[in-house]
Amino acid sequence: MSALAALMSLDAALLSLGVIAGFLIAWRVSANAFVYGAAFALSLGAFVVASWALLFAAPPQSLTLPIGLPWIGAHFRLDALSAFFIALIGLGSAAASFYAIGYGRHERSPGRVLPFYPVFLGAMGLVPLADDAYAFLVLWEFMSLASWALVMAHHERPENARAGYVYILMASFGTMMLLFAFGVLAGSEGSYQFSEMRAASPSLAVATTALVLALIGTGSKAGLAPLHVWLPLAHPAAPSHVSGLMSGVMTKVAVYAFARVAFDLLGPADWRWSVPVLVVGGASGLLGVMHALMETDLKRSLAYSTIENLGLIFLGLGLGLAFKADGMNEAAALAMTAALMHALNHMLFKSLLFFGVGATLTATGARDMGKLGGLMNRMPATGLFMLFGAAAISALPPLNGFVSEWLILQAVLLGPAFPQWTLKLLAPTVGAAIALTAALAAACFVRFYGISFLGRPRSKEAAEAHEVDRFSLTTMGALAALCLIAGILPGFVIDALKPVMLFAVGGTMPTQSTIAWLSIAPIAASRSSYNGLLVMIFMLATSALVAFIIHRLASDALRRAPAWDCGFPEPSPQTQYTGQSFSQPIRRVFGGFAFRAHEIVKAPTPGDMAPARFIVRGDDLVWRAIYLPIERGISALASRLNALQFLTIRQYLSVVFAALVVLLLVLAGAA
Amino acid sequence: MSLLVDLAFQLVQMTVVLLIAPLLTGLVRKVKARLTRRRGASIFQPYIDLYRLARKEAVVADSASPLFRVFPYVIFAVTWVAAALVPTFATGLLFSWSADLIAIVALLGAGRFFLALAGMDVGTAFGGLGASREAMFATLAEPAMLITVFSLALIAGSTQLSTVAAFMASSAVGLRVTLAMGLVALVMVALAENGRIPIDNPATHLELTMVHEAMVLEYSGRHLALIEMAAMLKLALYLSLIACVFAPWTLAISDTGVFDRFTGGSLYLIKMTIGCVALGVFETSIAKMRVFRVPDFLGAALMLGFLGALLLFVSRTLK
Repeated sequence: MSALAALMSLDAALLSLGVIAGFLIAWRVSANAFVYGAAFALSLGAFVVASWALLFAAPPQSLTLPIGLPWIGAHFRLDALSAFFIALIGLGSAAASFYAIGYGRHERSPGRVLPFYPVFLGAMGLVPLADDAYAFLVLWEFMSLASWALVMAHHERPENARAGYVYILMASFGTMMLLFAFGVLAGSEGSYQFSEMRAASPSLAVATTALVLALIGTGSKAGLAPLHVWLPLAHPAAPSHVSGLMSGVMTKVAVYAFARVAFDLLGPADWRWSVPVLVVGGASGLLGVMHALMETDLKRSLAYSTIENLGLIFLGLGLGLAFKADGMNEAAALAMTAALMHALNHMLFKSLLFFGVGATLTATGARDMGKLGGLMNRMPATGLFMLFGAAAISALPPLNGFVSEWLILQAVLLGPAFPQWTLKLLAPTVGAAIALTAALAAACFVRFYGISFLGRPRSKEAAEAHEVDRFSLTTMGALAALCLIAGILPGFVIDALKPVMLFAVGGTMPTQSTIAWLSIAPIAASRSSYNGLLVMIFMLATSALVAFIIHRLASDALRRAPAWDCGFPEPSPQTQYTGQSFSQPIRRVFGGFAFRAHEIVKAPTPGDMAPARFIVRGDDLVWRAIYLPIERGISALASRLNALQFLTIRQYLSVVFAALVVLLLVLAGAA
Repeated sequence: MSLLVDLAFQLVQMTVVLLIAPLLTGLVRKVKARLTRRRGASIFQPYIDLYRLARKEAVVADSASPLFRVFPYVIFAVTWVAAALVPTFATGLLFSWSADLIAIVALLGAGRFFLALAGMDVGTAFGGLGASREAMFATLAEPAMLITVFSLALIAGSTQLSTVAAFMASSAVGLRVTLAMGLVALVMVALAENGRIPIDNPATHLELTMVHEAMVLEYSGRHLALIEMAAMLKLALYLSLIACVFAPWTLAISDTGVFDRFTGGSLYLIKMTIGCVALGVFETSIAKMRVFRVPDFLGAALMLGFLGALLLFVSRTLK
């Protein structure tokens, strides 16, 4: 059996697992362990098969099924690009499923989750295999609708219902844009197969239109600014393992779709295409991380940080497009490798962080930072794994987040070679944006981890938290280990991505696994190199040495005592910094123009006994500038069109007749 | 054989920064004391302080998590590794290729990340205050430093610190506006990162303006010694970094003899002394800023670094 057929059967099995789960629940059989266990096995299988296809550089395989539109059929194809993304999706899905074996037991209404979960996984796994626009869009919608059902799992909470509403609107809008993008690419002949689009050479105007439409369509799924508004509502609303999947995995399907259109279907790239991608990527990065810094709900903060990371990934893709257009294939390979590695890394640590928040939710029932604190003492294993996740996402060496950001920065440093002035000016701006984003992300995760896992508990629930089940812990531990491994041995990932680069940009980075000491050197060792393994050994050796020396030669005595706090310890945990107060200085520095945030201090007049008040006002500029006018416009239009509901039969007939005449005129004009 | 020699030199450099770091801090304190007409403690006082702290019993707060006792070792290790990667008296360190300038910046960022977490661990108001302010400073200082690193990397064609230093020592470099801007930006960042006046006052305690001290307030004994040592190493690192990039002459370039390395070593001490005196003079001649003036200061550093990099990106074709 070919790898493609194997993958398709695994995904088909996942889809049917959803039906089976539905029946099991209808028969009132406890289906939790079975469904998640089977989903785990199938996803792991998909991961293994896809990695095999990627590592052994299997030639592209295709398959046509006689389903779908009668005269087209459904085409499927497995090449290097799809193999990488299927491996990523498989790994992420397997982790989420294994985690859910434990986490899913706490689900109050499993009937609303279990049938849709495997369908969601199966649809995600199939999207990268689709080889014609029809199959692609159908599977894409399947993925959107299954995830929508999961977002609506707890629809009794009004904010979840609203999240589901906004999500389905934005998802439909995105699909419509993709439909137009494929429509433009297919041309008047209606060649919907990807192989035909690849062979066609569209004019620059057509290709640019398709690229912009694809950027909007995939960007709405990836949560790029300004289409991000649904993401921080919808991702947190789902159960935590699904949140992890949506943030860590589903956004990568959007990255895949963009890469497929921009690097494959459109043919030779034009440098101007990279400009909107870079601008949107940079804006998403900064906007996402700023919001993440202000948010006190753990899951929403993580969702905003997803926007930030997707921004970084698109920055890498944009640089890759620009380098490819200017014929610098090695540089393009570097930028795109960085982007895809970041996609993989983000899947690892974002899943880990969402699972950790899920564990927190199980243990305390709270996901608001203001009710947490001191969890490290109560849940040491979860706390330790979360520290790995927080450090990895903050791009600290020797973990994996640093490697991909380092590679993106190395790509930026090749910017002066661009022949175009726009790109020359854009490159350092992108570099500055990445630097600022990375620094803000580190601050964000100091706050995220420090407020919820360190300090003293801020509520009774947090003080009585307990460690979670073994399935959850195993998953989190495995993901933390993968974050470390991908950070210290990045050369193997880079080498595994070689066939993808050869396919997408026609060049590769130098082979990494042959470099001495397992270093990585993206261009040449004299230019830049990094060795996470050695840095880690160095750090371990020095800290062990120092610990040994101090404990042996100086002192190892330890005494527990109440906190000193400058001599005036306050027993109430309310005196600790909170999420809001931690980010207050940053809000004052950046919030002025990012959110039009301003603080009002209302102090009573002397002698007045009224309490002083501190009010913070802010505004989401994107929501106000873009979405509110659209909403108002639609409402106004709808109330105008309302008149059409109350016409007589004669009037309706004349309207129909007029429409017919207009359509005939259009047709005549086109002919 | 040559591997062994290189390894020996790497170890010597690591030991040198470790040994010299408290001396530099002592020297700055002495200079400041003399300038304010005090006699001041001996320049060897920091060694004595560290030794005293290390021998004391460590007191850990009841509400501290297990990580509280791990953080000082991590902070120390990260800072020492970063410092060991900066050439002091010779380039061509054995492990210099294991982390370039960007990685050094990231290692320092890691040190700050864990220090801020350590400050929040006990759950006191002061710790959170320090961590929050440190995070705010870092969001501007780190990008400023990274952008300056970009400029250096573009000029030298490499992000490897050894290569950058070797290039700067050669005659190919010439005078550049970007370099001047980079130097100013780097000095501003260095002041902020080391908690010097005008950003933070390393000598204050129990003041609402403190940042670094607020974070380490709950530490004592050997843990405090490690954190203090890390802070001293950081000062030595920044001084060495500025010296090796902007005054790389007499730095022994790799493959030179023992004699050159010896001269490089003694001249390194002179460079460090000049740096410490300059820092002491600067600190005594300026007043501390309000916390919310610091973003303006660091924003200026960021803009300088960015302008320098922009000039470079734009001017490369004209050459």
